[in-house]
Amino acid sequence: MYITLRDDATRGSRTGRTRVATTVLLLGVVSMLTDISSESVSAVLPLYITAVLGMSPLAYGFVDGIYNGASAVVRLLGGWLADRGDHPKWVAAAGYGLSALTRIALLPAHGFAAITAVVTVDRLGKGLRTAPRDALIAEASPPEALGRAFGVHRALDTFGALLGPLLAFVLLAALPGSYESVFVVSFAFAVLGVAVLVLLVPDLRPRRARARSSGATDGATGGATDGAGTGPPPRARVSVRLVADRRLGRLLVAAALLGVLTVGDGFLYLALQRRDDLATEFFPLLYVGTNVAYMALAIPLGRLSDRVGRGAVFLGGHLALLAAYLVAAGPGGSWVVVVCLLLLGTFYAATDGALAALSARLVPAAVRASGIATAQTVVAAARFVSSIGFGLLWVALGSGGALWVVAAGLAVVLVPAVLLVRPLDRVVA
Amino acid sequence: MSWSVRRRLVVLALVVVVCAAGSVAFVLHAQRRQAAVVADAPPVPTVAPSSVEQGPRIVFRSTLLGEGYGLVAMTPLTAPDSARALTDRACERVYAAADHLLCLAADRGVVTTYSASILDENLREVSPLPLSGIASRARLSKDGKLAATTTFVAGHDYAQTSFATQTLVTRVGGASYGNVEDFTLVHRGTVVRPVDRNVWGVTFGDDDDTFYATVAWGGKTWLSRGSLSRRTLSTVREDAECPSLSPDGRVVAYKKRQGRPAGQWRLATLDLASGRETLLAETRTVDDQVEWLDDTTVIYGLPRSGADAAVTDVWAVAADGSGSPSRLIEGAWSPAVVR
Repeated sequence: MYITLRDDATRGSRTGRTRVATTVLLLGVVSMLTDISSESVSAVLPLYITAVLGMSPLAYGFVDGIYNGASAVVRLLGGWLADRGDHPKWVAAAGYGLSALTRIALLPAHGFAAITAVVTVDRLGKGLRTAPRDALIAEASPPEALGRAFGVHRALDTFGALLGPLLAFVLLAALPGSYESVFVVSFAFAVLGVAVLVLLVPDLRPRRARARSSGATDGATGGATDGAGTGPPPRARVSVRLVADRRLGRLLVAAALLGVLTVGDGFLYLALQRRDDLATEFFPLLYVGTNVAYMALAIPLGRLSDRVGRGAVFLGGHLALLAAYLVAAGPGGSWVVVVCLLLLGTFYAATDGALAALSARLVPAAVRASGIATAQTVVAAARFVSSIGFGLLWVALGSGGALWVVAAGLAVVLVPAVLLVRPLDRVVA
Repeated sequence: MSWSVRRRLVVLALVVVVCAAGSVAFVLHAQRRQAAVVADAPPVPTVAPSSVEQGPRIVFRSTLLGEGYGLVAMTPLTAPDSARALTDRACERVYAAADHLLCLAADRGVVTTYSASILDENLREVSPLPLSGIASRARLSKDGKLAATTTFVAGHDYAQTSFATQTLVTRVGGASYGNVEDFTLVHRGTVVRPVDRNVWGVTFGDDDDTFYATVAWGGKTWLSRGSLSRRTLSTVREDAECPSLSPDGRVVAYKKRQGRPAGQWRLATLDLASGRETLLAETRTVDDQVEWLDDTTVIYGLPRSGADAAVTDVWAVAADGSGSPSRLIEGAWSPAVVR
């Protein structure tokens, strides 16, 4: 067994500034390549389905619903499988591989059922890989720099999401109507992502590493070694009780409370558009603006979270969200749009990585992927509830009124959230 | 696998080379093929627009491969499949009535944007319309004075798990009636306010007020009759989408799910006076808002199968359920009959 890339071995107690683990950078590159792949397809899929396949937008809406909804359940499964087998890398690889295959499957898929199936499989792959990948990031990083590690990963990931549509546009500009070219190039990027993951990312095994290095051993070697066939089988069993840790419970309750008051950005953009009569052609650009802010702030806020506590930054991110509501609901000119996008980007940069970093540290390493998956699923479910609730509010009060109500609710909920989450920083730090 | 780092890097380099070479080869091949298709495509027989645009005609989006794909075209109503007159205007969806033309266009870019505009007989823009999504349906009233557009709005949906449409009605050169979704919805005699309601596919009556449209909520679709002046919409019949009123205003044609899987429909007509519904002889799934060729025949677009899906044909079938469908115009989509 070879130890592939040794310098993710920063888990030991080296002093001073450490570099971001190579494993994290590699996973970031994997996500970047995969996002280039998936976002280039996402950018053209609506037009492909409606303009080329001649299906109605209603059919497209159906596909889009699957696109966004299917991954939640599989995410828990991905976490559980990663912990149970103690091979998060291979569960993640299965997820990335599955999504990669769907790109090429788009070529012969011309009917409604075929496209629906392809899109569903892609989302299943995404659900499967997320928690195992985050568990790998956590395993490869020293606890004191976990926030930065997630920040680096999310920045690379978002960079890919920005490049994808650009790539699709360049291809379609050169070859009008050649959606096949987009699918094939997208497939190539997805394959590259899988190749980097399979070939270069070490098969970190959190449970085995803990079993071996009960204190004295060099945890780094244990973590980075692919010890198939040697050593005693790991004892720790994955169980619901391990995940249902009380400290994780505090985080889950807080995340659920905050998530229920987190309005989807689609609604926020729509509120901005309705109020300012923002030219509708700018609508798709709002997503780009948020992503640029997210990408720029992911690393600085990750670093900050390592210093002041991930819980603090997680809560701070929701303050930014509160500010975004107030800015969008209040009076103002076109600067409001820019400020609002900046605040939204701040919110994502402060919360997405911090949630993974927090949940990763709150459960034993043996069930880390399950812990991360649980937290992410709780947030996703809470936001689903929020969307429905906000839709009702919107109809009853209009966009401005609905935003005021949600802002007030968020302000109120932040108090118990602070009481629940702040102590976690002390425990984990 | 117990490969050395070096070996892994070599394999990765190989993967990179294969992926890059494969992509470049495919793109170049696609480019050559595209050039060949354009070169080999039998030249689309065309005539000067001036010879067609005066008399009764069918206006449509030309989908014959090669030059002119996606452009608005027209043929005389008396000879629908004769040589077409191509305009220089590209639209995803087009409708025409009197001397107005409604064009829903997609401007592809880093961010694809969508636009809708009313054009006059010289294809000059009379007035731009608000639009924020993928073109779906476009209709004008018979006198060309009312315009309705349905677009799919991404990101506007509740919880992103279902589609949302935006259906706007505008008086050409005048006020907008806004989103029809905001009209008062009456169902079985009472006003209802379902949050998940969606409205699409408007067709106008002749009185400058009445229209029909699809209203959907709770997983069901309803044919609904609306009034622009009262801003109301009342359900008429379940399971009916994309209605289209016959020229004499007596029959409405639409597509029905009848429990089929999502994305599959059957065409039907409804006699408004008697309430009798008739399934049409077209058994293939049709996803279009049909147009009336005359008071007894409906026409609609169908994509060809498989890799030829980019080419669509306009078909015609009797509105009373008799006969069998026949191809009316090859390589056409989104037909509108201007009488």
